[in-house]
Amino acid sequence: MSVVIETPRSRKRPGFNLEKYGWMYMRLSGVLLIILIFGHLFANLMVGEGIHAINFAFVAGKWASPFWQVWDVTMLVLALIHGTNGMRTLVNDYAEVEWIRRTLVWLLWIVCATLIVIGILALTTFTPCGDASSLATLAKDGANVASLCTGK
Amino acid sequence: MANRPAGTLYRGKVGMWSWVLHRITGIAIFFFLLVHVLDTALVRIDPAGYDAVIATYKTWYIGLGETGLVAAILFHSLNGIRIILIDFWRKGAKFQNIMFWIVIGLAALLFLGFAPRHLINVFSHI
Ligand code: HEM
Ligand code: HEM
Repeated sequence: MSVVIETPRSRKRPGFNLEKYGWMYMRLSGVLLIILIFGHLFANLMVGEGIHAINFAFVAGKWASPFWQVWDVTMLVLALIHGTNGMRTLVNDYAEVEWIRRTLVWLLWIVCATLIVIGILALTTFTPCGDASSLATLAKDGANVASLCTGK
Repeated sequence: MANRPAGTLYRGKVGMWSWVLHRITGIAIFFFLLVHVLDTALVRIDPAGYDAVIATYKTWYIGLGETGLVAAILFHSLNGIRIILIDFWRKGAKFQNIMFWIVIGLAALLFLGFAPRHLINVFSHI
């Protein structure tokens, strides 16, 4: 009696393998996130007074620059999808009941999409010089409102 | 029990502990990020409210939390590189054990560069 064992790793599955792209994404986004998150933490916690320099005017100053706008949006999208996909792995590992597992995975992606939309909207529609309460907060934070809001 | 196997990549010893730590730090960073995107979005709808929320980031107890968060990120990101090397580098699996200790060493070094500065910022304002 001989048993025929299929040669390992010889199955070529044609077509689109979503799980494989997820696996690749975790690694690719991870490498990029190191640069983005380390840079974010350095700029916000290590430079100058660190955490004590952060307020509304600080964000207005950073988001006045396209450099930090692109930085933050990239970090937002990459980190949320990376974290959500990672949490999906956890749900798949621990949720024993199929409908609960499916519900949680859906919930994760809905939260992810919602936060990406909120984060992008916050950044793209940000108008620190646009209304009285923003201007008042800028002044209270000690910003140079005249130079930050030229023309306003 | 004298001939107990030394553990595989995933079970027992370094392979398993690095995996557990990677998981826990990943979850912690994820939940921080959920809150963080929402508190940052306050800049769009309530400028004074943003300053009020950020004021809590400057308390000593949240300051300690931030120190922990950075420690978690240092481990997760450097261990992430280790995972990538295990997957893509031909000798990765062979060196996974020593790479774990390099990860711990590098994370500790970067943490020592970060923590004093951040803690001084935090505690000099209370
Ligand atoms: C800073 C750079 C980062 C690097 C280099 C990195 C790297 C990785 C890698 C390589 C994996 C393993 C994926 C797999 O096994 O298929 C992973 C998993 C994970 N990451 Fe990250 N990551 C980073 C940032 C983040 C951030 C910001 C979050 C949260 C928002 C996060 C949350 C997770 C979670 C929840 C998992 C799943 C853990 C598990 O399956 O046990 N990571 N990460
Ligand atoms: C205690 C540590 C942290 C502080 C004090 C902090 C502070 C801030 C501040 C002030 C902003 C406003 C814009 C800017 O400065 O670029 C911001 C935005 C942002 N932060 Fe952090 N951050 C911290 C940690 C993190 C971590 C660990 C992540 C990633 C996992 C992260 C992801 C983001 C993202 C994606 C945005 C942009 C949000 C948007 O576009 O709406 N932050 N953060």
